[in-house]
Amino acid sequence: MNEAIRVENLVRHYKRSSKKKKTTGESGPLIALDGVSLEVRPGELFGLLGPNGAGKTTLIKILTTLLAPTSGEAWVDGLNILTQPRELRPRINMVSGGESCGYGVLSVRENLWLFSQIYGVTNAVAKTRIDTMLDIVGLTEKAGTRVSHLSTGQRQKMNFCRGFITDPKILFLDEPTLGLDVNAARAIRKFVKEWLAEREGRTLLLTTHYMQEADDLCDRLAVIDRGKVLAYDTPENLRRRVQKYPIFELSWTPGPGDNLDPATIPGVRQAIVRNGDAAIDWKLIVEEEGVIGTVIASLMATQARIVSLKKTEATLEEVFLQLVGRGLDAPEDPAEGATV
Amino acid sequence: MMYAMLFIRTMLARAYPRFAQVRRQPSWLITETLLPFLGVAAFAYVYRAMKAPEEYIGFVVLGGAMTAFWLNVLWSMGAQLYWERSSGNLELYIMSPAPMMGVLAGMALGGMALTMIRATVIVSAGILLFDIPFAPSSWGLLIAVFLVTLLALYGMGMMFASLFLLWGREAYHIVNLLQEPVYLLTGMNFPLKIFPTAIASIAIGIPLAAGMDAMRQLLFHVEGFLSVRTEALMLLGSALVFIVLAKRMLDYLERKAREEGRLTVRWQ
Repeated sequence: MNEAIRVENLVRHYKRSSKKKKTTGESGPLIALDGVSLEVRPGELFGLLGPNGAGKTTLIKILTTLLAPTSGEAWVDGLNILTQPRELRPRINMVSGGESCGYGVLSVRENLWLFSQIYGVTNAVAKTRIDTMLDIVGLTEKAGTRVSHLSTGQRQKMNFCRGFITDPKILFLDEPTLGLDVNAARAIRKFVKEWLAEREGRTLLLTTHYMQEADDLCDRLAVIDRGKVLAYDTPENLRRRVQKYPIFELSWTPGPGDNLDPATIPGVRQAIVRNGDAAIDWKLIVEEEGVIGTVIASLMATQARIVSLKKTEATLEEVFLQLVGRGLDAPEDPAEGATV
Repeated sequence: MMYAMLFIRTMLARAYPRFAQVRRQPSWLITETLLPFLGVAAFAYVYRAMKAPEEYIGFVVLGGAMTAFWLNVLWSMGAQLYWERSSGNLELYIMSPAPMMGVLAGMALGGMALTMIRATVIVSAGILLFDIPFAPSSWGLLIAVFLVTLLALYGMGMMFASLFLLWGREAYHIVNLLQEPVYLLTGMNFPLKIFPTAIASIAIGIPLAAGMDAMRQLLFHVEGFLSVRTEALMLLGSALVFIVLAKRMLDYLERKAREEGRLTVRWQ
């Protein structure tokens, strides 16, 4: 088995609380994961993109040996999560956005030291890694501050450090930038990329509902909703999948010749025309990329002047909308009412 | 060797927050030493007013000191894993390679060390204030009985901690349910022999009762329910049983909790 993570037909059901059964009238188990299968390659930064309640965290909890699946199988670093959890645990770590772990009476440094000890990291190595990580997230000044005195964002930064000080082979980041300011989130994304690039064979599984984060970071990603993986591939291929035809944005100013209707140009499937003050903007969906040459030639024939031309792609948001049928922020949380 | 090192690191790391708490929250010393001593003093004065034998005041002081360990086992050990779960730490411990018995041992070590301060203050203040006639027949045996009592008590605490993982909030009610009957059955403020033999035979199964009965015999040369040697052996046996049971229950309950999704409080 060469995959860093391999998931085969994972299913996870939860019991509904009796209170929720009464209020919703729904009976039967709540299905958090519904036959999820995917593979993550070693060295890959793999993203799980989905709305709240999609099943992302449930999948991570199963892969980190915290939750047993109702059925199906999964391997992390070649080890079965159900039968080999003790062998697997030294190789993994997880950071969840918004987690409140740690001991309020201890300082940031002491908390990080404590969590390094349970992985058997020596004091000297732990100290070096803690210093490095605190510097990366900009928390060095708060190293001696009690955790109970930290803001939510600072606490989140500390938890982020906790995941890396054990230098795991496979790291699970569950919404790691949740609640962080823009600069901190950017610094963390940059560090994640570098961390992975500098360490051969390390793998990172990231869940997020920030499109830009998924697009910036992930080598490949899976779109997940209502416990099902709807598609998984590179962000580029996912975009291509929903975008069957090339899209061009063209801006031009008319010449002395006749005005041109883009819909009459052979190979143009759809055109959106916007007449601006300084120029005319066309968004063209064409049969194939070569058609744009015909479009340019047609315009030049009218002595028009081309101001700008760019090829655009579908965004991940459009991919998500097409696959899921609703936006990422539209709430649909099947976790509500679960017995935990 | 690697496992032993990891166990020790985990134990010391988990005990650390308790030590830090003492340094950083000194008000703890008042609530955990002065206030409990007032309760002990009240009983001591009652005995003195009744002109009870002086060793009875010694029973109260010893009972006050040892009960601190019992409360620590119930609340700080038993309820600890439940609290760790609520704060999100439990999932980090479970997910790590750290042995959970090391986590429990760390909780026990931290709690034991802190409670030792409380117990020492109660005993010292008792000796100074009430001039208790402590005259141990054997310091070595006394220390051995004390240590084996702690081992049995905290072994029981480890077992409780595992149960809390399964029962969650209901475990609080169980602790409340256990607290007062155990106070009574252990003979916190009076000798165990006062009970009818049938009740005393049940009570002696509680590590706190057996430990206190043995220590009273050694300190005040009074007759106990069983001999010191028998009670010490019982304590040693129960310590081993509790620790083995705790380990087995922890393994079973971890598996059960993974299946039922009880290890964490947050999921999507």
